[in-house]
Amino acid sequence: MADALLQIRGLGKWFGDHKIFDGVNLDVHEGEVVSIIGSSGSGKTTMLRCVNLLEEFQHGTITLDGKEIGYHMVGGKRKRLSEGAIADQRMHTGMVFQQFNLFPHMTAKENVALGLIKVKRIPKPEAHKEALEWLAKVGLGDRGESYVTQMSGGQQQRVAIARAVAMNPRFLLFDEPASALDPELVGEVLATIKQLASEGKTMMIVTHEMRFARDVSDKVVFMDDAKIADMGTPEHIFVNRNSVRLQNFLSGFNT
Amino acid sequence: MRYHWNFGTVFSQMDALLEGLVVGLVLAVVSLLIGMLIGLVLAFMSTSKSKALRIVAKWYVTVLRNTPLLVLIYIVYFGLPDIKISLGKEESFVFALAIYAGAYMTEVFRAGLEAIPKGLIEAGQAIGLKRLQIRLYIQLPIMFRNVLPSLGNYLISLFKDSSLASAITIAELTYIARKISTITFRVFEVWIVTAIMYVIACYLIAFILRRLERRFALP
Repeated sequence: MADALLQIRGLGKWFGDHKIFDGVNLDVHEGEVVSIIGSSGSGKTTMLRCVNLLEEFQHGTITLDGKEIGYHMVGGKRKRLSEGAIADQRMHTGMVFQQFNLFPHMTAKENVALGLIKVKRIPKPEAHKEALEWLAKVGLGDRGESYVTQMSGGQQQRVAIARAVAMNPRFLLFDEPASALDPELVGEVLATIKQLASEGKTMMIVTHEMRFARDVSDKVVFMDDAKIADMGTPEHIFVNRNSVRLQNFLSGFNT
Repeated sequence: MRYHWNFGTVFSQMDALLEGLVVGLVLAVVSLLIGMLIGLVLAFMSTSKSKALRIVAKWYVTVLRNTPLLVLIYIVYFGLPDIKISLGKEESFVFALAIYAGAYMTEVFRAGLEAIPKGLIEAGQAIGLKRLQIRLYIQLPIMFRNVLPSLGNYLISLFKDSSLASAITIAELTYIARKISTITFRVFEVWIVTAIMYVIACYLIAFILRRLERRFALP
């Protein structure tokens, strides 16, 4: 098998003496969908944020396409890269947030086009045209001119997905993408993510939707007790249930 | 006791009063625009990661907000020439009001910046925007909308402070009114008319700002 697109080695995040997680090793291959499950506070969201360099981390390395991101060695000391260099690296990752985090002063189209115009330097008319195409892809082709605050939660999250995918990133990070949604709106968002997965997009998804994780994932990661407690195919995690902790965790869900 | 009102002599000087009002408005607008620029820079300093920048911004605000504007005007107009910096009357006043307004604007803008959810900045980072781009395209426009209501109140209050320019004999409304009152002896009438002119001017400013507010309100 080829080298993984994303290699996480010995990743550790601490707040002073308080361990969020440590010793996390994970490979994500091109086209792979990796779900991360675990109880609240197990560090899964923080881990995802580390991958997008939104959080600093104290130990370990994250390698994208064989190149370490976020940190470098200066005179034998590990140092975080400059904000500018980190911004350049973030271009290659897309992120979808639990709270959507759409820009409230912009229309749906402008939300999607902002990165195309300012980061990818695509001329505005073309960027807007492209933005509308991405919105159409998530089923919102007719809502380009709507302000995002006038849209339902499910629609907002689909705009956010379009905004992330439009940058054509190497992989996508989803942080509990359906957790802030009313139950009847969860389906449309998960369907959109599933469609992207079927098109071969590489993604990491932190989620509490177990049936979705089971359906969509190539690999499922169970985080518990500040580390990766178990990892494997959906069958390995959801059917074998090799530990008491995993059994207890999954027993709370309808899988 | 009967007082014989005589507004006629005041109204005959209306041209001079209106001219004074315009002078005051121009001085205020120029000062406040500069003050907003100062406030913008300092607001970003006071929300920056650098402790040194935060301290500079904090002390600027503390010192300037706690000095009476009139004292500032005297320092600039009468004090600076002693160290060989001579500004004209108008320049002195604009300078004093601008740095004074800057302190208030800093606080207004800082509050507007802090009210922006952190997630929006992270969303900007996530699509690869640089820090300056996040400021320009995300923080500034949202902050501007956040602060419009309180900004309006401060602008009106600071516009009224333009009457202090009379202390260094700038021919704005208050100065002209005083002059007319000493010539015509219709003291009460002059100051009543002057007050009404300030009220109308402030009301118009408030009206325009409310329109702006509605125009730019987040949907």
